Amino acid sequence: MTLADTQPQALNFDCETGNYHTFCPISCVAWLYQKIEDSFFLVIGTKTCGYFLQNAMGVMIFAEPRYAMAELEEGDISAQLNDYEELKRLCEQIKRDRNPSVIVWIGTCTTEIIKMDLEGLAPKLEAEIGIPIVVARANGLDYAFTQGEDTVLAAMAARCPDKAPVLESEKAERNAVQRLLNFGRKQEDVKAEESEYVDHPPLVLFGSLPDPVVTQLTLELKKQGIRVSGWLPAKRFTELPVIEEGYYVCGVNPFLSRTATTLMRRRKCKLIGAPFPIGPDGTRAWVEKICSVFGIEPKGLEERETKIWEGLEDYVSLLRGKSVFFMGDNLLEISLARFLIRCGMTVPEIGIPYMDKRYQAAELALLEKTCAEMGVPLPRIVEKPDNYNQIQRIYDLNPDLVITGMAHANPLEARGINTKWSVEFTFAQIHGFANARDILELATRPLRRNTSLKDLGWDKLVKEEANV
Amino acid sequence: MKLAYWMYAGPAHIGTLRVASSFKNVHAIMHAPLGDDYFNVMRSMLERERDFTPVTASIVDRNVLARGSQEKVVDNITRKDKEERPDLIVLTPTCTSSILQEDLQNFVERAQLEAKSNVLLADVNHYRVNELQAGDRTLHQIVQFYIEKARKKDDLRTDKTTEPSVNIIGISTLGFHNQHDCRELKKLMGDLGIQVNAVIPEGASVHELKNLPRAWFNLVPYRELGRMTAEYLQAEFEMPFVDITPMGVVETARCIRAIQIILNQQGANVDYESFIQDQTLFVSQAAWFSRSIDCQNLTGKKAVVFGDNTHAAAITKILAREMGIRVVLAGTYCKYDAEWFREQVRGYCDEILISDDNGAIGDAIARLEPAAIFGTQMERHVGKRLDIPCGVIAAPIHIQNFPIGYKPFMGYEGTNQIADLIYNSFTLGMEDHLLEIFGGHDTKEVITKGVSADSDLAWSKDGLAELNRIPGFVRGKVKRNTEKFARDRGIETITAEVLYAAKEAVGA
Repeated sequence: MTLADTQPQALNFDCETGNYHTFCPISCVAWLYQKIEDSFFLVIGTKTCGYFLQNAMGVMIFAEPRYAMAELEEGDISAQLNDYEELKRLCEQIKRDRNPSVIVWIGTCTTEIIKMDLEGLAPKLEAEIGIPIVVARANGLDYAFTQGEDTVLAAMAARCPDKAPVLESEKAERNAVQRLLNFGRKQEDVKAEESEYVDHPPLVLFGSLPDPVVTQLTLELKKQGIRVSGWLPAKRFTELPVIEEGYYVCGVNPFLSRTATTLMRRRKCKLIGAPFPIGPDGTRAWVEKICSVFGIEPKGLEERETKIWEGLEDYVSLLRGKSVFFMGDNLLEISLARFLIRCGMTVPEIGIPYMDKRYQAAELALLEKTCAEMGVPLPRIVEKPDNYNQIQRIYDLNPDLVITGMAHANPLEARGINTKWSVEFTFAQIHGFANARDILELATRPLRRNTSLKDLGWDKLVKEEANV
Repeated sequence: MKLAYWMYAGPAHIGTLRVASSFKNVHAIMHAPLGDDYFNVMRSMLERERDFTPVTASIVDRNVLARGSQEKVVDNITRKDKEERPDLIVLTPTCTSSILQEDLQNFVERAQLEAKSNVLLADVNHYRVNELQAGDRTLHQIVQFYIEKARKKDDLRTDKTTEPSVNIIGISTLGFHNQHDCRELKKLMGDLGIQVNAVIPEGASVHELKNLPRAWFNLVPYRELGRMTAEYLQAEFEMPFVDITPMGVVETARCIRAIQIILNQQGANVDYESFIQDQTLFVSQAAWFSRSIDCQNLTGKKAVVFGDNTHAAAITKILAREMGIRVVLAGTYCKYDAEWFREQVRGYCDEILISDDNGAIGDAIARLEPAAIFGTQMERHVGKRLDIPCGVIAAPIHIQNFPIGYKPFMGYEGTNQIADLIYNSFTLGMEDHLLEIFGGHDTKEVITKGVSADSDLAWSKDGLAELNRIPGFVRGKVKRNTEKFARDRGIETITAEVLYAAKEAVGA
């Protein structure tokens, strides 16, 4: 880790019982199958898993998704049926109907408990049917919500080509392709484009983001002369980036610690430990950190950040001086809290499912620095929170906003407490300078809505205070 | 293993949780991994519940896998006992705990020693029953538990109420229009001069259960939930029950007549014929509606019906018998109770389909090309794809199927609601003729040029690609804004970079 010297000292870390509400990590299927366009996700689990996906993804289910359940029956559990034969039958059907470039098997709680050897079965079946099979164990025994993506990307990291094949014939062909791509453009223009970049070792970014956000962040780095050699994941499985020993990698999301570890240990990459590009402060710190690793003097970032903040003032003024309580369920909490503190909010508690202090070191350091600069007390960080206890604390603290899952949002609203569903932050575009506004759009929505209803006197809509 | 994209009935624990959380002051503890408490989200979102859903999980994680739950489950039960003081805690197994095969009954017994509340283990096998069967079983289990308990303590009330009275059994949370049906049934009972002794499980306290035998009879409006309980009460206390779903004019009358017979057998001496006559002809609009000339246009139109047993059977009969519509296919996903369904719809439809494979149903709809579908949310989406209108009549359902307006499916007001639903699902009379004559709606082609269809600016390939990624409904606005931005700055070619710079500049 590159930031060991900035280990935070003063932040207060707690750990509770882990009795909290979050989504099952298999939910990552919902956004990954859309991101990786030639993939097919097969969730090997029970009716419970299927029911969750069906309801959590709502209307997306009906758009002929490239995902399905391999629903285990009693015969599978008691090993009366042969796992290999069963999976082969289903995968052949998928190949016939959809012909994907990769099948991702999502292992679940049940496959863990019955110890189905997915990692062992996959290479054999892969050889037999001729489609790559990637295994990710995204189960509720080990992981929470967004960590599902982490397990998939860690498995994908092993599939990235380790060297671009550079045979002479291919080289010529490549140039031909290049010529074709540059068709109609002057030789000088192409050269000029090349010279826009500084000479630096290859950089690969990891984390699944919507394509427009990928473009924005790539362009952001381009402004500093940094070329992004590839993204994990790419739009298609067949376009996974080349990752050679010694490449630099950098994460864009706080929940990707397994992927980071895999890239460092298995692929011998160098991890750039930076805060995450969430909020203009985070984006600037992220770009600056990457620049500093490559010895580049960042240009125009400060002005840019200032400009963005000016544009956000109408929203920031709604938040200034207010308090926000994170119940914790998707691991974006530290970055969002840091950004909202910079907006002038106070944060009594940040609940988080899992806290990797090494992977998030730079983000934690920025959080501390932000608190110091804004003159607000450091938040209490609660790992594996206990929702029941948290609700007691919410009653005591009476925060202006609670960021929470959908299980608690309506009951809290009925008790006069403003809430924002945390899940929306996972699906909205929140990265980079341009999307800071979207985060605040979400965070201020309950405040704006409730301001417009304020005079009606409809704050508490439960008859007696419930026991909870 | 089965390749599945969609399921009609949920897993067993959902049924147990629906029953447990319908009761007042009953808490369910699931023995489940992180993320399996999705039930709370559904209840909170679909029912727009104001209170916290009384369901928590005793989390199964790696440690539990390695060492067993040990004290964890017992601790969670006793903790919840102290925090919430529920009357009853139901320990709910899930698919995960089913295969762990821990002795959950033992945990329950140990927790019972310490807890003030009663503790029960829901007796459901995850791999053998579905949501509906599990709900039925859990309700029976809870009723039996409290009846036996009262019997032991000798405070079971078996004396009948002085006036005729009824228990309405099977109203539950997350049930299709259950709240509205419940209100309508209570009103119907009131009109018939029958007291409502208890409604279970929705809104009931477990302390009321010892009074169940006081009612003269039980009414089980839904085929899926409550029968086991009614049969148990019949066996124990010789309580008769009526299990005719009062949905549709004819069936409502049949249900009322069955009630009349039961009450008269117990010496009530009631005659509901004039009530039925009056309601049918003048209060409910459905009978008149089906006779009105408007409804003639529906004669012989083809419809497909699919859903749970209760609703699919009732709607099939309404379409065929009360509105003269031809039901080309009636189906149910309640495979475990298929015989009952066949018997109900025989003679009212051309074809019967018993399946829980949504592909098979979609194919059947495509093959039959009906003028309207009455099904679940899944059939609604099949209808969208095939351009066939669909009325939703059964779970699984989305949030729009939990209306806040009064929309019962049962009783006489229910007949009005169903008539509207059916009528509005078909393409309407005059429109139908016009479409036939003119071969479609008014022309959709734009005749004049739009205000900003053309522009003098060039878009680069990457710029255009980015623009096309922007959702259609705002694309035009983004395009205009970007071009204005470019024009103001004298930029000739719009690249992706320019697009995003413009986005930042306008702060959108």
